[in-house]
Amino acid sequence: MAAGMDIPPTRLIRLLQLGHAERALEAQAIWQCVSCQTCATRCPKSVDCAGVMDALRQLSAERGVATPEQQRTVLFQKAFLRNIRRNGRLNELELIGEFKFSTFLHGRSLSFLFKDATLAPQLMKRKKFHLVGEKAHDRAVVARIFARCMDNSLL
Amino acid sequence: MNLAYYPGCALHGSSNDYEQSLRACLETLDVHLKEIDDWICCGATAAHSLNQKLSVALPARNLALAEDEGFREMLAPCPMCSMQLLKARKALAEDEALRRSVSEIVELEVRGETQVLNLIQLFETIGLDRLKAAVKAPLGSICAACYYGCLLTRPASVVEFDDCEQPRSMEKILEALGGKTVDWNYRTECCGAGMTMANEQTVLDLSHKILSNAAAHGANCLVVACPMCHVNLDMKQPDIERHYGVRHAMPIYYLSDVVGLALGFKPEALGIDRHFVGKA
Repeated sequence: MAAGMDIPPTRLIRLLQLGHAERALEAQAIWQCVSCQTCATRCPKSVDCAGVMDALRQLSAERGVATPEQQRTVLFQKAFLRNIRRNGRLNELELIGEFKFSTFLHGRSLSFLFKDATLAPQLMKRKKFHLVGEKAHDRAVVARIFARCMDNSLL
Repeated sequence: MNLAYYPGCALHGSSNDYEQSLRACLETLDVHLKEIDDWICCGATAAHSLNQKLSVALPARNLALAEDEGFREMLAPCPMCSMQLLKARKALAEDEALRRSVSEIVELEVRGETQVLNLIQLFETIGLDRLKAAVKAPLGSICAACYYGCLLTRPASVVEFDDCEQPRSMEKILEALGGKTVDWNYRTECCGAGMTMANEQTVLDLSHKILSNAAAHGANCLVVACPMCHVNLDMKQPDIERHYGVRHAMPIYYLSDVVGLALGFKPEALGIDRHFVGKA
C-alpha cells in the first residue's frame, strides 16, 4: 500500500517522532491506509505503524481536519458503526443507503450517489442480499456497550 | 468434532455463498458447528479506526458468549472477524485490569480462553490425511493461485498463523486434494479489503494487479479464504475489466468451494453458481 501514499508509513512515524503531528494528520496516506498490517509486520523496530494509523484517523476525525474526499472513509466507518449500534449486526443494504446519503450531503455528488445503483439487483438475483437484514436480539446491550466506549454524538 | 461458530456479518449477508460451501464441507467431514447464540458484529475496520475501546469490547462480548456456552474453540471463517477476536483475546490476556473493565462494559465475564480458528486452521485440525481419504473427485483441472491477502497471516504476533511472508498452508490443502498450485508474487498483498465502497479506486488498482499476476504465473483460478477478498476479486472483477479494458475471466473460489468440489459436491450445492465470474 505504501507505494501509492503521499507520505509513506516510515516518514509518518518520523514526522511524529519530530513532533510534527499536524503534518501527519493532514496526510492523505492515513485515509489511503487499508489496515493491511504490512508496515507493522515488516518494521524492523516493531513499531505498530497500522495502530498509529488508527490513532491518527481518530485524532483527525475528532479535530475535523479531514477534507471532504478523505471524509468519505470516515463517513463510511461512522455509518458502519451507527448501523451496528442500531442492529447489533451489519445490515449491508442499510449501510450502503446511509453511506451514500451522508456523502451526498457532504459533497453533493449525484454521480457518486447513483454509482452502485445496479449492484443491489445483481446481488439480489444471486440471493446475496436480503431486503430485511438480520438483527441481534439483545440490541439494547449493544447500545449500552457503545455508550460506555464512546461519546455517542461522535457518530 | 463440535465447535462454536462465529459467522460474522458478511457470511450472513452478501458472502452467504461462503457459508453455504463451508457448511457443506464440514457436515461431510463430521464437524458440527454451533452458531454462537445472539452474536454481535466484531466492529471490523470501522471500530478499530474510530474507537479503540469499542474494537476490544465488541469481539470480547462474542468470546464471552462462546465461553458461556462451554466452548473452548471457535471457528471464525472471516479473517477480519478472527483477527479482531484474537486481538481482543490477546489484549485481555495481557492486562487483567482491562479484562475486568471490558467484562463490565460487555455485561459478561470475559475469560478470553476460547481458541479462535480460521477456516484453513480448521481443515488442518481435521487433518490432510482425512481430507485426502474423503476425496471423491480429485481437483485435476485446477491450477490455483492461493491468495492469503492481509489478515489471515497479519499481524503475525496476533494471529500466529503460518509464515506471514511465505505462507503455504492453503497450497498444502489444495495439493492434498489433487490440485496444482502456482508460485506467484501477490499472495500476501492486500486487495483493498473493506474499502470497496469508500475508496473504490484503491480496490480496483490492487485487485487488478493481483488478478494479472496470478494469470501471468499460469493460474486458472484464485483460491481465497476471506469474504472481502472474494467481493473485491469476484464481484468487482467486471468493474476492474471495464476500468482497465482487459478481460480477466478469472474464477475466484473460496477454500471451502475447492474442498467441496473434491469431496464430490456439485458447484450449485456449494453456491459457486452464485459467484459473479463464471467458469472460464
